[in-house]
Amino acid sequence: MSSRRSRSRQSGGSRITDDQINELVSKLQQLLPEIRDRTSDKVSSAKVLQETCSYIRSLHREVDDLSERLSELLATTDTAQAAIIRSLLMQ
Amino acid sequence: MASILISNPVTNSDRSKKKKKKKIQEKDHNDEHNHIKWKSEAQQQIYSSKLEQALSQVRLGPSPSSPSAEVPRRGRAVHEAADRVLAVAAKGRTRWSRAILTSRLKLKFQKKHKRQRVVSAATGSSRSSSRKPKVSVLRLKGKSLPAVQRKVRVLGRLVPGCRKQPLPVILDEATDYIAALEMQVRAMTALADRLSGAGSSSAPPS
Repeated sequence: MSSRRSRSRQSGGSRITDDQINELVSKLQQLLPEIRDRTSDKVSSAKVLQETCSYIRSLHREVDDLSERLSELLATTDTAQAAIIRSLLMQ
Repeated sequence: MASILISNPVTNSDRSKKKKKKKIQEKDHNDEHNHIKWKSEAQQQIYSSKLEQALSQVRLGPSPSSPSAEVPRRGRAVHEAADRVLAVAAKGRTRWSRAILTSRLKLKFQKKHKRQRVVSAATGSSRSSSRKPKVSVLRLKGKSLPAVQRKVRVLGRLVPGCRKQPLPVILDEATDYIAALEMQVRAMTALADRLSGAGSSSAPPS
């Protein structure tokens, strides 16, 4: 990414600079638990994007599993208990 | 180890030293604000209470004989409700939140397609290479690099509402989306723990 052209014909209209992209990618990088702990400056954009995709997928899966778990928990508690629990949670 | 600690502040100050457009700086503040927002305890509390409200409406009733076919549907319903509440918590400032809220109506017949796409995306991102290759002879580095382009497109499909957005928008949305998802996971985990903890505490110890 040594060439720093400020003109890019990819996006219609606004000029997206390489710096902007690098900025955004490094912001993403800070969020990723995998890459954050390594030497943060040497990771390529493609790698960051790859990690981002798999991280989002794993987060989706985790939410899915949690939803399953929650649905089971909500279904198995009967109404009286659920009312008690709800009142406890609302505190 | 110490070199890592040193390099981080250097890159931070480096970033701030660079001259950027004012717009970007403002955006930076906004993004940081958003990023901090998703990490705050208050936000998680708000989300948790709204989630509980929504879930109490979703519940299909306590059926003791839970058939196996019901469970995936219920789990899916919980997931959708959780996503909806998350989008509401975002206050509609991001594309993904608006997309979630507006797509609820279309979700019924989009569900099948989404499932297929998620599965195929999970099995391998080689699927993106089967699309028409964006290779041309003379290309600028950076954003126009085909690999980066491809990956950003894949990312755009993962984040709701970002399929046809330009690259910086996708990256921006993804940053916020990840923070929001992490909060969602934290809140749902806490909720599940509380429910299972409350359940086991009231039941007699075996």
